[in-house]
Amino acid sequence: MTGSAQPRRVVALGMPRHATGPLAAPITAPEPFADAAARKLKDTQLRANLGHATRTIRDKRAAVVAEVDDWEALRDRAAAVKDDVIARLPELLARFASAATAAGATVHHAADAQQANDIVLGLVQAEQADRVVKVKSMTTQEIGLNEVLEAAGIAAIETDLAELIVQLAHDKPSHILVPAIHYNRSQIRDLFALRMPGFAADSDDPAQLAGAARRYLREQFLSAQVGVCGANFAVAETGSLVIVESEGNGRMCLTLPRTLIAVVGIEKLVPHMADLGDFLRLLPRSSTGERMNPYTSIFTGVTPGDGPQQLHIVLLDNGRGAVAADPVGKQALRCIRCSACLNVCPVYERVGGHAYGSVYPGPIGAILSPQLTGQQAGHNRSLPYASTLCGACYDVCPVKINIPEILVHLRQTGPKPLAERQLMSALSWVMRDRRRWKAALRAARAGSAPLRLMTRRRGHTLRRAPWPLSAWTAHRDAPLPAQESFRDWWRRTHE
Amino acid sequence: MRIALFITCLNDAMFPKAGIATVTLLERLGHQVHFPQEQTCCGQMHANSGYAVAARQLEQLTSSVFGGADAIVSPSGSCVAHLRAHTALPVYELSELLVDVLGVTEVGARFAHRVTYHPTCHGLRLLRLGDKPLRLLRAVEGLELVELPDADQCCGFGGTFALKNSGVSGAMLDDKCANAAETGAEYLAAADNSCLAHIGGGLARRPGAPKPIHYAEILAS
Ligand code: SF4
Repeated sequence: MTGSAQPRRVVALGMPRHATGPLAAPITAPEPFADAAARKLKDTQLRANLGHATRTIRDKRAAVVAEVDDWEALRDRAAAVKDDVIARLPELLARFASAATAAGATVHHAADAQQANDIVLGLVQAEQADRVVKVKSMTTQEIGLNEVLEAAGIAAIETDLAELIVQLAHDKPSHILVPAIHYNRSQIRDLFALRMPGFAADSDDPAQLAGAARRYLREQFLSAQVGVCGANFAVAETGSLVIVESEGNGRMCLTLPRTLIAVVGIEKLVPHMADLGDFLRLLPRSSTGERMNPYTSIFTGVTPGDGPQQLHIVLLDNGRGAVAADPVGKQALRCIRCSACLNVCPVYERVGGHAYGSVYPGPIGAILSPQLTGQQAGHNRSLPYASTLCGACYDVCPVKINIPEILVHLRQTGPKPLAERQLMSALSWVMRDRRRWKAALRAARAGSAPLRLMTRRRGHTLRRAPWPLSAWTAHRDAPLPAQESFRDWWRRTHE
Repeated sequence: MRIALFITCLNDAMFPKAGIATVTLLERLGHQVHFPQEQTCCGQMHANSGYAVAARQLEQLTSSVFGGADAIVSPSGSCVAHLRAHTALPVYELSELLVDVLGVTEVGARFAHRVTYHPTCHGLRLLRLGDKPLRLLRAVEGLELVELPDADQCCGFGGTFALKNSGVSGAMLDDKCANAAETGAEYLAAADNSCLAHIGGGLARRPGAPKPIHYAEILAS
């Protein structure tokens, strides 16, 4: 197909569109975050696994980041490069497409998940392949590619160890980088014994488990005709794709199959090859806490007689154009999916990735999923509230995405319950005038006087309150209004 | 120096002691404190809960009430952070005023108790208070400061988060309270009564756990 097929014309972004329809399911929360989180909280094994794993990665990251003197300057530069990309998306996409095409790749443009899946499925079917080997890719998870391929009778084999674990368990990843973070190793051993053909290991020693997976995957690499990958970066000036990984499975997928299909989010662009330097310093330290990642593959087009002889690049919008048009929210497109924000998030640590109902969990998921789909989709409007705004995510983000700012922005632009709106507007009406405020203070004091009397032995805290304050007293005592407000004290003592 | 006090709505209604302590302390240090009566709320609660219009109105109200002040002090880290981000007011959290503006760490206080300190998220990450509150506490006569394990971890308050995601908030609170209890301190101090109301509400259910206290009250003692 290479060379003979006309690459589809580079379409300008046109009217920005959200990711919609049934194929937006992988990024659409099926239930309110609070409900899913409440269920996950009860899983004490999950909490222990997560608490241990996130703490380990968190400490590793902090140690290796502290070694870099110019870390803040790196973050600033990387953020600036991405902002420039977001501002010039159509132009850089066109440049990338023409460079990649000139190097022998075929470039496709997909406005949404449906289009992307149709393109990939068509390509795999044209190869008459019954299976594809996959490099871990968030973008293909975002569009639900595996499910689409499987429905068409094509096996999609994940080759990243953790993704493989999740796939064998018929489960969903719960972390961007460590998809099986919610499993411990004895759970993994049991799973392999159950589902991995030819598995034989008598212990849950990590080396033995990895060895078993390696033997299984080798066969897949050598027999598959089609590889499917995403990309960490796409270089506009050269049309190159960059994939960063730890296990070497990626390099197998990128070199052994005859046909390689890359599904790449349009925000993965960087203008120049030279821009990669900063990102390749930021990414491994932020994600795995390594100084450098073990495998970095940079490939451009096709080379006769060496590696895949067909390279298809599917550039995916799926709501990104709409995000780029939001003056505050567009920062989210800087994301390099390092997952540092997940590892420091106190909410993620306690409930895990599944509670977010999207392939993008944690703080980045809370701002990305509702932006890609629009807040009306499913229960994505509940995600911006899955945060205390503690700011730990913003502190660690290598591209300085102000996640709390976007969370607040999404709350301010998203739908809210009527009763809450009425209450908040009544409260602000009271607060806009000091006489009304003063009267309210007096009323609250008078109203709570009997309660003060009842709770005097506990230091005036309330153990049980009726709805909606019962949500407060379910976990903590509630304070009562003071006997004398500050302003009354001031009047009495200073006027 | 003439210093205007922004008490915050929460302290005014529920925790006047933090304001009284701030006034007492600054007057003891020889400064004149002034309390503009028109003030109510900075707008943080509305902003963070998603109510931008109401938030802007309250920010404007606060701006006009305090317009022309040389220095404004407030015993609430999160409200100071909000006003700093959304107004041009010269507003300082108490430890910033004392350490950075007035150049004092020794405030002549005496508090013979074992105390642990929780650096609230907005104080830690938005204001970058660093060790300013700790330097002030360390200089208090008789006070024994004990380190809080995992001090930089959020307590789980987060405004309406405590209601909307009550369970997760409670799980975070449990860990914070367990860490506080482990210190064996008599008091858990912090620079924000919103977080303290939440942590204190949790501590109240643990016999023998530290009592919550705004650090201004310690500095004023
Ligand atoms: S938002 Fe920042 S910290 Fe989180 S995954 Fe993306 S780049 Fe990493």
